Amino acid sequence: MNYLKVPLWLLPSPVAVAKALWRTRALLWTNTLTTVWETTTGFILSVALALVAGLAMVLSPLLKRLFYPLLIISQTVPLIAVAPLLILWLGYGLLPKIVTVILVCFFPVTISLIEGLEVSDPDLLNLLKSMGATRWQILYTVRWPNALPSLFAGLKIAATYSVMGAVIGEWLGASSGLGVYLTLSSHSFLTAQVFAAIFAITVLSLVYFVLIAGIRHLALPWLNTKDN
Amino acid sequence: MTLLLRDLSLTYRDYGSAGVNVLENINLEVPTSSFVSIIGPSGCGKSSLCNLIAGVEEPDRGEILLDGRSILGLAGQVGYMPQKDLLLPWRTLLDNVSLGCDIRRENKRESREKARLWLDRFGLGSFAGHYPQQLSGGMRQRGALLRTFLFGRTTLILDEPFGALDALTRRDMQEWLLDVWSQSDPTVVFITHDIEEAILLSDEIVVFSQRPARILARIALPFSRPRNPDLLLSPEALAVKKQLLGLLRGRP
Repeated sequence: MNYLKVPLWLLPSPVAVAKALWRTRALLWTNTLTTVWETTTGFILSVALALVAGLAMVLSPLLKRLFYPLLIISQTVPLIAVAPLLILWLGYGLLPKIVTVILVCFFPVTISLIEGLEVSDPDLLNLLKSMGATRWQILYTVRWPNALPSLFAGLKIAATYSVMGAVIGEWLGASSGLGVYLTLSSHSFLTAQVFAAIFAITVLSLVYFVLIAGIRHLALPWLNTKDN
Repeated sequence: MTLLLRDLSLTYRDYGSAGVNVLENINLEVPTSSFVSIIGPSGCGKSSLCNLIAGVEEPDRGEILLDGRSILGLAGQVGYMPQKDLLLPWRTLLDNVSLGCDIRRENKRESREKARLWLDRFGLGSFAGHYPQQLSGGMRQRGALLRTFLFGRTTLILDEPFGALDALTRRDMQEWLLDVWSQSDPTVVFITHDIEEAILLSDEIVVFSQRPARILARIALPFSRPRNPDLLLSPEALAVKKQLLGLLRGRP
């Protein structure tokens, strides 16, 4: 196997990674559960926040002028620079990790929601107005369903990023989680375990992605029909 | 319902200070249950007129009366159908046809029952559960027309509803429209740039001038109903066609 004489601690073979996965499965599982908890909570909270912020900014141009630039700027601040501050302010518990997840997820969901709400066909809005529809009726009969495909695109991005957010949060100080497992393994030169953690993170991200794709399939049935 | 337009004038001012005169002193009476077509060069302000009657825009001067009651700036009084079918992709045909009833907050079950009845009557019953993207252009247009019809009932403003269809489908749709119309006699204002379509469908044709639109001529059509597309070949129809072509070219 090891023709190039790469030492095992530098680049372990897939077999070694699989063995590490199996050997530390109990540990990996409890750490994964912590990360799942942080990610899911953070994700749901960021979606809720994004819905409120997105709707508010679409309904009020003033709010949009005030907060849209802030939203963009907030994304240019590197997460890795903010995370230690969060640990400093919020301690080593779950809260700072949930906040990092929100920082990662909030942006794509909000932006995709705003974009989606603002692209309705003007002729369609005109038709609804001619029927005497109120602002709210136009919002929930046209603009909201029209925004859903875009919103789900944002949710998919957020879902795959969310695990990364939690792991970065855990890196900087936590007692449990995939980020902790990753740091501990890396500091002990247990490279096979590092890859095992990467594997777990990837699988977890994929699970979230598939979950969102499944919800989209159920929630947007008109996009599943074959054109005639 | 009798639709009365009195001294309607409209100017768009957002193109700089001068403004663009779109409509100038339009006076028109559309009697109850009659079918009146408006024909004119493209860009002459026909669609603006529709927006005014539909209550989406307001004129600078003039009145719009429906059975003597002013509907100026009031939306929801007439059924308005634009050229695009504008069916909502996330609603099934049945739900699309009932859109107006939902906007009016009518009982959902009753409005669906009524819509299903109309879909059945006009051969769309088996497509009630289909989404618009699963339907052909002609079927979508029929759906849009039924939506307008179920919303407006007594007064319909149709803005080039068949403009985007191919000639065969369009002929089909014209006969279909006559069929729908004969079953409940709404008052119809029909915008078109197709002379034959206007002759085949209307009781009266109103010819608009270039912008700013004025009424150039009003031509009553004496043909009996129900109508058959063959009437387009009659000498009377050809005479009307010739007259219309002359008017539209600017030679009365």
